[in-house]
Amino acid sequence: MPAAAILARFVLLEARRSGLPWLVAASLAAALGLAAFVSQVALTESIALQAAFSAALLRACAVFLVALHVAASTVREVDDKGLELMLTLPLSRGAQYAGRLAGYVALGTVISACFALPLLLWSPPAAVLLWAASLALETALVAAAALFFSMALVQPVPAFAATAGLYLLARAIGTVQSIAASPLAEPTLPHRLAQWSIDALALLLPRLDAATRTEWLIYGAPTAGAYATALAGLALYSLLLIAAGLFDFHRRNL
Amino acid sequence: MSRDERPLSAVPGWVWLGLTACLALQLAWAGMRPSASQRAEDVPPPPRLAALRLASLGEPEALARLAMLYLQAYDLRGANDIPYQNLDYRRLVAWLRVVLALDPKSEYPLFSAARVYAEVPDPAKTKVVLDFVYREYLRDPNHRWPWLAQAAMVAKHRLHDLPLALRYADAIDRYTTASNVPLWAKQMRIFILEDMNELQAAKVILGGLLASGTIKDPAELRFLEHRLQDLEARQAAQAGGGRMSRP
Repeated sequence: MPAAAILARFVLLEARRSGLPWLVAASLAAALGLAAFVSQVALTESIALQAAFSAALLRACAVFLVALHVAASTVREVDDKGLELMLTLPLSRGAQYAGRLAGYVALGTVISACFALPLLLWSPPAAVLLWAASLALETALVAAAALFFSMALVQPVPAFAATAGLYLLARAIGTVQSIAASPLAEPTLPHRLAQWSIDALALLLPRLDAATRTEWLIYGAPTAGAYATALAGLALYSLLLIAAGLFDFHRRNL
Repeated sequence: MSRDERPLSAVPGWVWLGLTACLALQLAWAGMRPSASQRAEDVPPPPRLAALRLASLGEPEALARLAMLYLQAYDLRGANDIPYQNLDYRRLVAWLRVVLALDPKSEYPLFSAARVYAEVPDPAKTKVVLDFVYREYLRDPNHRWPWLAQAAMVAKHRLHDLPLALRYADAIDRYTTASNVPLWAKQMRIFILEDMNELQAAKVILGGLLASGTIKDPAELRFLEHRLQDLEARQAAQAGGGRMSRP
């Protein structure tokens, strides 16, 4: 078995032996319970409400759990000098980084599959499959971001805050751009400068608002073109984060 | 997960006592708080659409439905005999408009407008809601015609405003072009002019909607069945009262 695959297996083993499976189960129970509650108070669209509410909540839970687990696990590895020990082994830095990230990506895929299962209660299987695949790629992006920030900042709170900030900004940037481009605002120089700054910032962010959309679950699957574009954007940004992470990891001194 | 722990017997008695006393105090304190559901207050002005979009973080479908649940909780209980009659309807309609703009495919705002908020015994408030339904219908006639059909029935039987009901019926005939629209909806004008009481008309409309498969949601079916039963009970009571009062 390649060294990277062994490392990925250890990452998954660590996740299984931590409290993560219980947190996944608790998230599922909370989503199902709250969905049942809101459906009881809804006057109409109770099925769409349960699907939309559960999907939004489970998506947030998946991202939160993956980001927090990656940050905590990586920083603990650094603090316990486990990373330094690994770097003394006859194993390339690229393989070490890739193995660790592969484990986190596999973890995100497992969580995405678990979170997609209850959505089959309310949405067609094809739409749920597309949603789950998109969530798996989204958690892979988040894992790559959390690993990069954890390695670079080496403290759990700043690493998680940076990952959460990037994620929230990426989900809101489309709306921020449309607000900035509002035709009601006066075209003054400061307004234009602000608009250009936001457009420039948007170039550095993935369009997470176009991925893992609840709309697919309640109004039908997206067109192949829109879906492929959304997932290609996620994949491209994940590669960028991996490249940045590898760059930083190769510069690390023992 | 495993932790190295000392046994429970290692905890001093005063710590046990303190914990139990604090828990009892918390339970007593929480039990004395007045229930939040008894408050009757008016709905606040709605946020701007851009603010709601920003807050939704790319989940407008979920936020639109949660906003409707939030909205329908206002003035539903408290010291109020008829739900929603004390609400400021200008603000209410502004909320419905912004929620519908957040998720234009959702039927929740128009359903609530036509079947819940339009049925208050205040003609001015009912007209505000019906006007909202009419304007929003014009934006997507092929999907929103059932709510305008309901608005026409409310105009005829609650407001007793036949010209308004006919205006809505004519709009359905003129602007709804989808092939799956049932014949009775296209011929709403004849239906309005027929000498039917509210119960008969409601039964025909609901029967038509059920037969065409327009209504599928279990919560909506429950709600409409309950409304029909209420209507039947009210008409039976009126008929009974009428017979009693005859010489």
